[in-house]
Amino acid sequence: MNRDELATRLLGLLTEIAPDVDPATVIPGIDFRDQFDFDSMDTLNFAIALHRDFGVDVPEAEYSRLASLEKCVAYLSGKIR
Amino acid sequence: MLSEFRMPALGADMEEGTVAQWNVAPGSRVKRGDVVAVVETDKGAIDVEIFEDGVVRELVVQPGTKVPVGTVLALIEREGEPAAQAEPRPSPAPAAATPARPAAERAKISPAARARARELGVDVESLQGTGPGGAITREDVERAAAPSREPGAAKPAVVEKAGEGSMREAIAAAMSRSKREIPHYYLSLTTDVTAATDWLKTHNAAIPVTERLILAALLVKAIAIACREMPGFSGFYRDGRYEPSPSVHVGVAVAIRGGGLVAPAITDTANKTLGALMEDFRGLVARARAGRLRASELAAPTIILTSLGDSSVDTVFPIIQPPQVAIVGAGTPVIRPWVVDGQVVPRQVLTLSLGADHRVTDGRLGAQFLARIAELFATPQQL
Repeated sequence: MNRDELATRLLGLLTEIAPDVDPATVIPGIDFRDQFDFDSMDTLNFAIALHRDFGVDVPEAEYSRLASLEKCVAYLSGKIR
Repeated sequence: MLSEFRMPALGADMEEGTVAQWNVAPGSRVKRGDVVAVVETDKGAIDVEIFEDGVVRELVVQPGTKVPVGTVLALIEREGEPAAQAEPRPSPAPAAATPARPAAERAKISPAARARARELGVDVESLQGTGPGGAITREDVERAAAPSREPGAAKPAVVEKAGEGSMREAIAAAMSRSKREIPHYYLSLTTDVTAATDWLKTHNAAIPVTERLILAALLVKAIAIACREMPGFSGFYRDGRYEPSPSVHVGVAVAIRGGGLVAPAITDTANKTLGALMEDFRGLVARARAGRLRASELAAPTIILTSLGDSSVDTVFPIIQPPQVAIVGAGTPVIRPWVVDGQVVPRQVLTLSLGADHRVTDGRLGAQFLARIAELFATPQQL
């Protein structure tokens, strides 16, 4: 999976756990918290979705590495093939 | 005997609602808890359940119709009773029910896109979504409304806000009524929550991601237990008197992105394990933001927690949601110098606050209530 494909799949997960976010408005380089008031529940739900779809277990201490679409792609591209 | 299924009141501020769709048709068998209709309210689209077993005899109100709270929406023949002859109605409803998708198969659409569809008069059920998982996006809606629009046309600069106008009006009405009718008193208590945050860190590191908890879940449970012990904070003030609720249902204020908030309940909160409570909490937040709450969840809270834990504020001054009589606020946990055993040490502290109704309790009892919540919160392993 290349980075573009990964970004598309992550965007799908993002809008699955935050259905009130319009995917067309997501800016990859800006933190979800600043764009959509992402809170601790959203972050947990995102981590659960990543575990379900990619089998990646993100420890709580590394939640900050999921803060934006760009950061997610960077973090996950090293963990999945 | 026929019984009447009526437009429910989903909070003190709701006066009317629009039947968006029926999930049943005349002849459908229903049982208690089934979602039979979707009602559009100021709080978004709400799944409305039925509270008896039976067979749908007639759908009285057709989709798209706005009616006051209490209006008969459908007639239900109760289970186990002989068939009754329905009175002929002056304007019988068309026999064919709307071919509504079951609740689980409703169009996947964000509240923003749904609001846009309403504005433009687009039937979302007829659209094919191009978003993730087939979700209908705002652009799909706008394309359907204006097929000739050029693909390169400039997009609106501002994200559509989901029904914000009507939700804002509903919040304003409820809060105005609260401030007008309820003699509030306010208390706050800053408390050391290091034990809770440390316990949470250890707990979450040792369990699968799907079972992790968030700090607010511990707080919800602590509030519920305190309410069970002190019933003057969990119930309803109606018709000039207070009725404590036999069960504690803690509502959790959920912010809707784009504006507004709702506060659905985690039912029977005090008797749930932390795991079960967290599962309900996650489900409520997800459904609140997808505009898929159930009527019973909105009407149930006996007290509310409003937590601004992710918002960098110290203290919340919460306003009671009538007919409830208390609301607990939580600010952001922060590290502060704190005196422990005569030494100043860095500790994680949190300011809890209480807005309560002077017609039912006073500050002394309120102080005990807040102190009890803080005490329970400090021993999370016992929650």
